Amino acid sequence: MTQRTIKVNAMTRVEGEGGLYLKLRGNVVEEIRLEIYEPPRFFEAFLRGRPLEEVPDITARICGICPVAYQMSSIHALESALGMTISPEIRKLRRLLYCGEWIESHALHVYLLNAPDFLGYDSGLDMAAEYPDEVNRGLRMKKHGNQILEALGGRAIHPINVAVGGFYRCPRRDELQRLIPDLQWCLDAAIETTRWVATFDFPNFQSDYQLVSLSHDDEYPMNEGRIATSLGESIAVSDFENEFEERQVAHSTALHSLRKKTGAAYFLGPLARVGLNTDRLSPTAKRLADEVGITWPCYNPFQSIVARSLELVHAFEEALAILREYQPARPAKINYEIQSGEGCAATEAPRGLLYHRYHFDDDGKIAEAKIVPPTSQNQPQIESDLRRWVTQILTDDDAATARKCENLVRCYDPCISCSTHFLKLKVDRV
Amino acid sequence: MSKPKLGVFKFASCDGCQLSLLSAEDQLLELAGAVEIGYFLEATSKIAPGPYDIALVEGSITTPHDVERIQQVRRDCKFLITIGACATAGGIQALRNWADCDEFVQAVYASPQFISTLATSTAIADHVSVDFELRGCPINQYQLIEVIGSLLAGRRPRTRVHSVCLECKRRGTVCVMVAQGTACLGPVTQAGCNAICPSFNRGCYGCHGPAAQPNLVSITNQFASDGVPKEQIVRSLRSFNGYAPEFRVEGDRLDASQESGE
Repeated sequence: MTQRTIKVNAMTRVEGEGGLYLKLRGNVVEEIRLEIYEPPRFFEAFLRGRPLEEVPDITARICGICPVAYQMSSIHALESALGMTISPEIRKLRRLLYCGEWIESHALHVYLLNAPDFLGYDSGLDMAAEYPDEVNRGLRMKKHGNQILEALGGRAIHPINVAVGGFYRCPRRDELQRLIPDLQWCLDAAIETTRWVATFDFPNFQSDYQLVSLSHDDEYPMNEGRIATSLGESIAVSDFENEFEERQVAHSTALHSLRKKTGAAYFLGPLARVGLNTDRLSPTAKRLADEVGITWPCYNPFQSIVARSLELVHAFEEALAILREYQPARPAKINYEIQSGEGCAATEAPRGLLYHRYHFDDDGKIAEAKIVPPTSQNQPQIESDLRRWVTQILTDDDAATARKCENLVRCYDPCISCSTHFLKLKVDRV
Repeated sequence: MSKPKLGVFKFASCDGCQLSLLSAEDQLLELAGAVEIGYFLEATSKIAPGPYDIALVEGSITTPHDVERIQQVRRDCKFLITIGACATAGGIQALRNWADCDEFVQAVYASPQFISTLATSTAIADHVSVDFELRGCPINQYQLIEVIGSLLAGRRPRTRVHSVCLECKRRGTVCVMVAQGTACLGPVTQAGCNAICPSFNRGCYGCHGPAAQPNLVSITNQFASDGVPKEQIVRSLRSFNGYAPEFRVEGDRLDASQESGE
């Protein structure tokens, strides 16, 4: 029986660095590893001793693509520890900031990272030669997502305006409302995007996933709620560590997260969010979800691009609603008194649920920090998917096999930089 | 004439600075037409071997393997430009340089023996010669376009080395230190961000690193006389550019004087 090793030394069109390793005996997969060799950066360690108000600025630096997610999860966890309730106006502005991040990240992923896989290009930039209107549409949506972040957060990457308790300054009405005409154009562009990606040729590949996302009675989940699963569970965020557990594996600097009691892998991200919260989508996104001919919840990871596009529609529609009725919050920031405390929170990063827990002392200095990013949670599921997918696409040509494996991994939009505390395909054919 | 070949390389970082290139939405396709993208893992699966005319390097050096890899990048390129605080000053992960890294590994990982890392996070220029450093955490995309554009035109990049204070004055922002007594690193921090923080009512936290010839002793004395505890001043210098020489020297001086009780 021939042995064969397929290796991807460095995955492309993902954020951060990692590879894939596959060991085959004939057509039987003996070993499969998603290797995350992104160097560890030790955020949880060096947060200790820093005052709690510095935490959002520091955790933002975990990821340049989804800094808002890190800021929001940490701020909510700290506010919970301080026993704070924020005003409805500040809460709405935080959702607006999250809409900006979903737009920027989803538009980047749909057009520049993922669509080239379906259309047979090496990059979105190459794709632009034959699909100029589409790529320009994606770039323009991304730009206007960034403009929301700039108007409210000061800048798109590592925003500076979020604080424990609210914002350093609420933008003036005109600073935000001038975004409305562009965002109206974007809403139509996102609708076209959804219809376009829904026509892609999706492989017939389904898994019996355990979908996990936040869920909220009144709204599409972003910054709070309970944890819902496709098993019908509803878990309080404070029970996260009783229900989900991180384990270290030798081949990855990212930890692997599994269901604690059953050891089962689970699936996070837009496909899970849309699947578990279809009825909470904005009216236009909900109509489109029905129109595209997918039964939700959907269990085909390749159709994540449709879910991601539906979330673009949702994010533009919600951002417009918030902007139309915007009045600056007064005060912009709610005061608090420093005392010792412990608190946790989870929010929905573009790639899925992001959990933070902090413990701080009487002086408000961090004593312990725990951060569980979406990619470490998705990693066991990605490996499990690859094990099944590779038998379906195995060809004699290692490069083609490797590329199809990468296509599957990219559907998850793994954020490797975030997950280290994540890709190269290496296949051993034995 | 063939197009200049561009490589974008990443070391320990958050990807934010290379994302700045993809965030230049209005210029991106034009730029992609003006150069041959030889290596840019985040943007394209097409990988062309070196040599490269321009290498943009993001991230700091934190593993033995990366020490070797940066040497190879240097051998493979004509102009090496570092982008961002990690590549020019070691980044936030350089906080390990003042701590026990083994203890950090043990705090994060149950099986520390699988983790291969250096006890330090250092700037690219500590390992190889660098032709131009673009500061910022993150870099400013307009400065990045200026740097790439100037190289394509064969001239020196026009980026600012003066302090954030001038940008504040240009914007007409009222000084947060003078008017509100808010500690602000603007006087010693290099311009380039357009002085965002003071315009949002908070002090500059130094994310673009030290300005040219900053007087750190003068500003930390000012902070101290405004009642900012020494420990807090040290911490404010030891953040995203904490290992940049100017910030490092002053932070270490204050830290030592704190320990000796001066």
